[in-house]
Amino acid sequence: MHNSETLLFEGTAFKYGDNIDTDVIIPARYLNTSDPKELAAHCMEDIDREFAVRVRRGDIIVAGENFGCGSSREHAPIAIKASGISCVIAASFARIFYRNAVNIGLPILECPDASNGIGYGDTLFVDLSSGTIRNVSKKRDFFSHPLPPFMQEIIHAGGLVERTRLKMEEK
Amino acid sequence: MGMTMTEKILAAHAGISESTPGQLIEARCDMTLGNDITAPIAIREFTRIGVKTVWDAGRIALVPDHFTPNKDIPSAEQAKIVRDFAKAHDIVNYFEIGEMGIEHALLPEKGLVLPGDLVIGADSHTCTYGALGAFSTGVGSTDFACAMATGTCWFRVPETILVELKGSLPDCSCGKDVILKLIGDIGVDGARYKSLEFSGQGVSSLSMDGRFTIANMAIEAGAKNGIFGVDELTTAYIKESMESGLRKDEFTVYESDPDARYSRVITYDLGGIEPQVAFPHLPENTKGISEIAEIKIDQVVIGSCTNGRMEDLRTAAAVLKGKRVKRGVRLIVFPATQKIYLDALREGLIETFVESGAIVSTPTCGPCLGGHMGVLAAGEKAVATTNRNFVGRMGHKDSEVYLASPAVAAASALAGKIASPDSV
Repeated sequence: MHNSETLLFEGTAFKYGDNIDTDVIIPARYLNTSDPKELAAHCMEDIDREFAVRVRRGDIIVAGENFGCGSSREHAPIAIKASGISCVIAASFARIFYRNAVNIGLPILECPDASNGIGYGDTLFVDLSSGTIRNVSKKRDFFSHPLPPFMQEIIHAGGLVERTRLKMEEK
Repeated sequence: MGMTMTEKILAAHAGISESTPGQLIEARCDMTLGNDITAPIAIREFTRIGVKTVWDAGRIALVPDHFTPNKDIPSAEQAKIVRDFAKAHDIVNYFEIGEMGIEHALLPEKGLVLPGDLVIGADSHTCTYGALGAFSTGVGSTDFACAMATGTCWFRVPETILVELKGSLPDCSCGKDVILKLIGDIGVDGARYKSLEFSGQGVSSLSMDGRFTIANMAIEAGAKNGIFGVDELTTAYIKESMESGLRKDEFTVYESDPDARYSRVITYDLGGIEPQVAFPHLPENTKGISEIAEIKIDQVVIGSCTNGRMEDLRTAAAVLKGKRVKRGVRLIVFPATQKIYLDALREGLIETFVESGAIVSTPTCGPCLGGHMGVLAAGEKAVATTNRNFVGRMGHKDSEVYLASPAVAAASALAGKIASPDSV
């Protein structure tokens, strides 16, 4: 389930460890295209062959520290978003992945407690506006800090391109 | 309160007198960069912004270097998108094969990055130019698209870790060993969101090529940028690179204040740094060469934006001179730019490589990211002077990459196993 008006998400957790790099999110052998659907078909395949087959719209990736480290390829958040993932929760994010996710409007939440308290296959409910993460399966709630206002502005505009277009039009 | 070089450069480009860690700013870019992988998405997003022209055709660099010479039809189509865009917008700094090089070796060589610059690039190794006293950082395609339209980009001002270097390196070690040692000590997220500032008396003993290698791999510690102060060596390099005439601006040299704030200070005696090898599958899995048991290898790759410069090729050639690569090992050498290739040819290094049993490739990022020109099969092991050894980085997910210096890579090619340069 994905309600873009209220920014509420419900889905199943795909759980991964620390330092999930962009080479495993989308291997370079598939970078000869930038088509989101083609990229989604190979998302995570070098560490989880089942991901692309099992992921359903609304599902949530939960990972450890430094998610998205390595290459700056925007193909990584694009592949995740196009695979139907509604939100990525991690103990921490690598900085280029973090800004790419914000820029393309892929919701992300930094929350070490949630990362520790969620397992593969748990059912999650996420309220992005308050930063609340509910592990429905384990009946536990986690709270992450909402994004800074500047980044919320980018997400509310629909991404950096939309925000830039608005600013250029104002000029 | 004092500021670091990075804080000063960011403040100056944001039009403010002071910047502090954590602050979100919008800043003016001096140079922006994309390649054949990242620019096609940026061009698509640029079109969506709806502006007719780019902000400044002289401050956009487009370098098709990853899957070029085009490795397959989809890659050829992507390269064509970049070529057509460059033509339509009169992009001055578009470098077709024949005049190209691996972007992060090419831009400094062409004088496109100057001290005090703020540079963004849709490639994570854009942090390389910190060796020139510039703030430079990797971003995504959307950031590049918006910068092509506006000339600006958003940043969170980073905290800075000071890496103080003392003494000078032993004969067998180089810049690669310094940065691998640091990543091994602080981890792949040890400098996450932060700036790494390299300072101290030991810096003067490092060559420009060594400094480029160190700044290049700052990202492998999670850093936003790696940066060095400007000294006589930097000034001499800039004087030569500016002869290209592609940048005519005056540049500003920034220095960190004595009372600048650092989140952490790490000190190294360069004399104690032996050659390092990073084991699969993270650059932080480092070991000193003396601690390594026998590891047989199938392939050796010498080159890339990390270690494909003249000093790297000279070092490798000196190890290989008059010897033969171990039968069963494939040695691939790829100079980082056309100029480096030609200089290496004139100096006789290419002859040394070919005589030793190596192949020499045109400049390309291909092998480093498992794109083309040396992809690994399942179970194969490679020693590479590149920058990443993640799962599947150079090919099959069950292949292994060991990161090392050009000296260790060349010695390993001769020995057929990971080897110290003084053992062959």
